[in-house]
Amino acid sequence: MTTALSIQQLTKIYGNGFEALKGIDLEVEQGDFFALLGPNGAGKSTSIGIISSLVNKTGGKVEIFGKSIDTDFSAAKKELGIVPQEFNFPNFEPVFDILVNQAGYYGLPRTVAIERAETYLRKLDLWDKRFEASRHLSGGMKRRLMIARALIHQPRLLILDEPTAGVDIEMRRSMWSFLRELNEQGTTIILTTHYLEEAESLCRNIAIIDHGKIVRNSSMKTLLSQLHKEVLILDIETPIQTAPQLEGFSCELADEHSLEVEVAKEQSVNELFSLLTAAGIKVTSMRNKSNRLEELFVSLVKANAA
Amino acid sequence: MSLKEQWIALMTIVRKEIKRFMRIWTQTLVPPVITITLYFVIFGNLIGKRIGTMSGVSYMEFVVPGLIMMAVITSSYTNVVSSFFGAKFQRYVEEILVSPMPNYIILMGFVLGGVARGLGVGFIVTVVALFFTDMEIYSYPVTIGIVVITSVFFSMAGFVNAVYANTFDDISIVPTFLLTPLIYLGGVFYSIDLLPDFWADVSKINPILYIVNAFRYGVLGITDINVGWAFTMVGIFTIGAFLYSLHLLNSGKRLRM
Repeated sequence: MTTALSIQQLTKIYGNGFEALKGIDLEVEQGDFFALLGPNGAGKSTSIGIISSLVNKTGGKVEIFGKSIDTDFSAAKKELGIVPQEFNFPNFEPVFDILVNQAGYYGLPRTVAIERAETYLRKLDLWDKRFEASRHLSGGMKRRLMIARALIHQPRLLILDEPTAGVDIEMRRSMWSFLRELNEQGTTIILTTHYLEEAESLCRNIAIIDHGKIVRNSSMKTLLSQLHKEVLILDIETPIQTAPQLEGFSCELADEHSLEVEVAKEQSVNELFSLLTAAGIKVTSMRNKSNRLEELFVSLVKANAA
Repeated sequence: MSLKEQWIALMTIVRKEIKRFMRIWTQTLVPPVITITLYFVIFGNLIGKRIGTMSGVSYMEFVVPGLIMMAVITSSYTNVVSSFFGAKFQRYVEEILVSPMPNYIILMGFVLGGVARGLGVGFIVTVVALFFTDMEIYSYPVTIGIVVITSVFFSMAGFVNAVYANTFDDISIVPTFLLTPLIYLGGVFYSIDLLPDFWADVSKINPILYIVNAFRYGVLGITDINVGWAFTMVGIFTIGAFLYSLHLLNSGKRLRM
């Protein structure tokens, strides 16, 4: 399997002495959909900044598809598409020109650039806005334009830094499906996000970064299997005033129409439902109190802080 | 990047830069033409008639080359400083910095944009000047050579200013407090022969004196200084500015964190 991104002992110390990265090692395989998560200020954007050459590293090595960003700068950059966190468009330039110019910066002939700009604008539902100045686009449209711009030179590795921040749920889902399709077609994708259900739903592998260090790097499946308990919220048909005593389960009354029940990894939900039925409680719906990845993320970050 | 790809990238920046200043032509092309036309009318025509001749030619003929050069210098400088600082301020310079373009292509692209505007404004001002005086070019190689090299140099100077600037105030400090006085004291309106020896010598440390005199020599065949020396000086300054601009891009100073 080819390695799409290889980071070795990456360090960054800013001018004010702040050590943003403390020797990060990370490998992302070709074709992966990879989540890079971490709390604010953990070092995610610094890492992405270094990979995309917007931040000068202090030490370490970065290779994109085996090409060093130090010694094979031009070839490495051709493999990479970046969707930054902040909007960075020329405000007065039309959407179409932004894409065609970006293709030009990568040396693509104008005819190819125009063709591709049309393809991506249509795919991302921006074709009708092609003559609009970018400042007139909504937040969601700007996010999609940044994705189109990052793809215009058809990179093999796409890094998205919080691509769905501030995007409504419908648009977010359509972006997820676009990214899934892109990944299925062979593009390796690295995603940072604060929406952990997004990472859980899209990504196969995950690294959690905190205080400039990778605190966990594994497959999503392995990570989620480490969750020892889940809290389920059960909506019940008949209102009750006190929580029922369910043997082996910790159960609390959230309100008279819902219960919060802690289910350990080794316990079964069937067993819980048998006990509820015996207690004469009819459950109408059930959901997780919080996202499973979110629970793990919080516990890992807390453990690292301790 | 292959040479062909580099050429496409370079032309992309140049086309974008030209489109930018053409889109806002009322801010980029018209004001310098109006200002210089007023100079022609007031200094050249109204006051100039009473001054008589300078260095053996009418005052109008004397000031025209300096005023054209003034337009070229300020337009070249302003184009690059405002365009590159705008890209930095709105962060779309990142579009360029993440691309595989070599730094010299980035620099050349912005400089050629500045040269295009400088020469464009210079051409319009020259056409306007023809309404006020006849111009017969004394030496085409000197005239074209000095105007191009000057435009390149001041475009690069604008680039350096833009890299160091943090606010919009920072991009107007150099043109207001350095460039304008140097232009006004650079022999645009007078021959340094009129100055006392001490001030004539002081004037010789002003690089714009050499530029204006070389251009005036190209147009009229008269000069206060040695034209060869003027080319050498501007050439050295231009090479220095190119190397320093490239160093700023390579080190990422004030562009990459």
